[in-house]
Amino acid sequence: MLQTVALSCSRGERHLFSDVSLTVMPGTLLAVMGENGSGKTSLLRMLSSLLSPNGGAILWEGKDIRQLKELYCAQLTYIGHLNGIKEDLTPIENLKVAACLAGDESSGAIVQKALEAVGLRQSAHRLPTRVLSQGQKRRVALARLWLSTRPLWLLDEPFTSLDAAATRYLTQRLQSHLSNGGMVVVATHQEVALPTDSVQHLRLTG
Amino acid sequence: MSRPSMCEALRGVVRRDLLLAMRRRSDVAMSVFFFVIVASLFPLGVGPEPAVLRMIAPGVLWVAALLACLLSLGRVFTADYLDGVLEQMLLIPQPLAVLVVGKVFAHWVISGLPVVLLSPLLGLQFGLGGDSLGVLTLSLLLGTPTLSVIGAIGAALTLGVRGGGLLVALLVLPLFIPVLIFGAGAVTSSLAGIGSEANLSLLGASFLLSLTFAPWATAVALRIALE
Amino acid sequence: MGINWFRYSSPQAFHPLAGRMIPWFSAAALVLIGVGLYIGFFVAPTDFQQGEAYRIIFVHVPTAWMSMFLYVIMAAWAALGLGLNARPSFMMAQAIAPTGAMFTFLALLTGAMWGKPTWGAWWVWDARLTSELILLFQYVGIILLRASIDDLRRADRASAVFALVGVVNVPIIYFSVRWWNTLHQGASVSMTASPKMATTMVTAMLVMTLGFWMYSIAVTLARMRCVIVERERQPSWGKNSAIQEVAEARECSGGV
Repeated sequence: MLQTVALSCSRGERHLFSDVSLTVMPGTLLAVMGENGSGKTSLLRMLSSLLSPNGGAILWEGKDIRQLKELYCAQLTYIGHLNGIKEDLTPIENLKVAACLAGDESSGAIVQKALEAVGLRQSAHRLPTRVLSQGQKRRVALARLWLSTRPLWLLDEPFTSLDAAATRYLTQRLQSHLSNGGMVVVATHQEVALPTDSVQHLRLTG
Repeated sequence: MSRPSMCEALRGVVRRDLLLAMRRRSDVAMSVFFFVIVASLFPLGVGPEPAVLRMIAPGVLWVAALLACLLSLGRVFTADYLDGVLEQMLLIPQPLAVLVVGKVFAHWVISGLPVVLLSPLLGLQFGLGGDSLGVLTLSLLLGTPTLSVIGAIGAALTLGVRGGGLLVALLVLPLFIPVLIFGAGAVTSSLAGIGSEANLSLLGASFLLSLTFAPWATAVALRIALE
Repeated sequence: MGINWFRYSSPQAFHPLAGRMIPWFSAAALVLIGVGLYIGFFVAPTDFQQGEAYRIIFVHVPTAWMSMFLYVIMAAWAALGLGLNARPSFMMAQAIAPTGAMFTFLALLTGAMWGKPTWGAWWVWDARLTSELILLFQYVGIILLRASIDDLRRADRASAVFALVGVVNVPIIYFSVRWWNTLHQGASVSMTASPKMATTMVTAMLVMTLGFWMYSIAVTLARMRCVIVERERQPSWGKNSAIQEVAEARECSGGV
């Protein structure tokens, strides 16, 4: 269970948000919405422990994540704006390394299945990622979610660059993650097509 | 929940960087050629008198190696910073300092080791003899990893900052000076027939000391840069 | 540098307090430096070896001491800032750096002025002077690093990390440069071979050092006020009178 207590954030001279308190229970997805510049990315980075909050605290299972440090990092998968993949490596190589560094299963067969599940054609699996389109690169980045066994997923605008088919695949994957008791926090501009009882909304006003 | 062991994480980081270097072999070549070119500038500037060249060889070769390392520092973290791989690395549930050691080791294998391997050839060009060549290579073998480890601090502090390369140089050169003194001193002592053990031991000690503290400072700098 | 710091840890409270303290420290500085110079240039005996030229040492040695003290103090504030995540500590470190750099430069300048009549060369590569030069590089590095990073929080913390790395480097540099001197016998000139110190000479140096301390405190406080005004635009510190801000901002030039 993820909680924040009176979280506040200022970046440089801009004050983004303050007094944000939220709770994400297992099996729910929190959609963080707001205009550009309202602090959605900063909130997600705070939740992933990359950014320190200006005020307030973030609690995982009741404990402050600043005390948990690495133990907390082992509970989450974060996919930000940047894809986190090397352009000179193939999608298979990228995923294998990512899975290995996450402690997940990283055999060739499993990695290929994940790439297929996200809709990447077989022929693209062994090309250097450099030659793929933006949408395909995003799919490679998101394929980690099919390998991840971690309970908390933090996704920053995951649907950007995805076409309708890929959006469907991702939504289905999110649904099955929630059914297994996982939690998702998504920063997004659009509505996530999931049953309303498992979706909460947080609106950040600038 | 899943976490890699420290060895798995370290191996993964090193393997990825070495794999990337194999895909872009020009990176390896660049460091080495810069070393050769810089070292060759000195005879052209100073004149080919053998006695003079032999006297300046330790300093010149060491400065050239140091500058080659300096120039390659832009490659330790910058690419990973730009494509998001670095922030993923910060989220790996293992001590960041250990992962930094992995990155630096891979960086040294790509940029520093070729310089070490080529140094005897350049030493010959400058008229260094048998014993001194050995000391030169050994001093660079001990010194270049130290330079990489220390330089990583500067690279991490200046990630994405304008002024980039020059700023790193300004920050990192004062930190390089002791290594330069001990390294060039080792070869000079060998040439003078004094014996280079003292300088080599100091080089070794510098390496161990920097290996203990610099990765941790680099990890702190990385977290600051990625906030 | 601050008395009862925690009482005045809010920048708003510190600003007027600093304003009241500056004139006192400035006056003390003027008096002490004046006295020190008088003793050094008129009262202290002429050195039979080096003649009148040696008198520059009364500026050289205190400036060298100050350059090192200020570096250590700046590093201490940097450590405090990183440890406590306290913005005022970073601001203190920011305020000290330019003065430290100035003293380092003066030490080098006066060292050269001493070297010329004494050994016939404008620069000698002796251990202390070379270490001072490298210290200057470190000061400049800190100032340029801070200037190159736009985000204030990152600039604070990055220059703090570098200051701490540098403070570890200072003794290492000193040791290695001394080592380098012994390796290359030829550079046997040394500024440590200074004239035997008569009591008046020591007194003069101590008085000058004290004077420089007062000066440093005065200038650092003035610079802190500028730093506070610059940063006052942060909304988390509440509002301040806009007119007053602008008026005070005009006072802030880049004085060392």
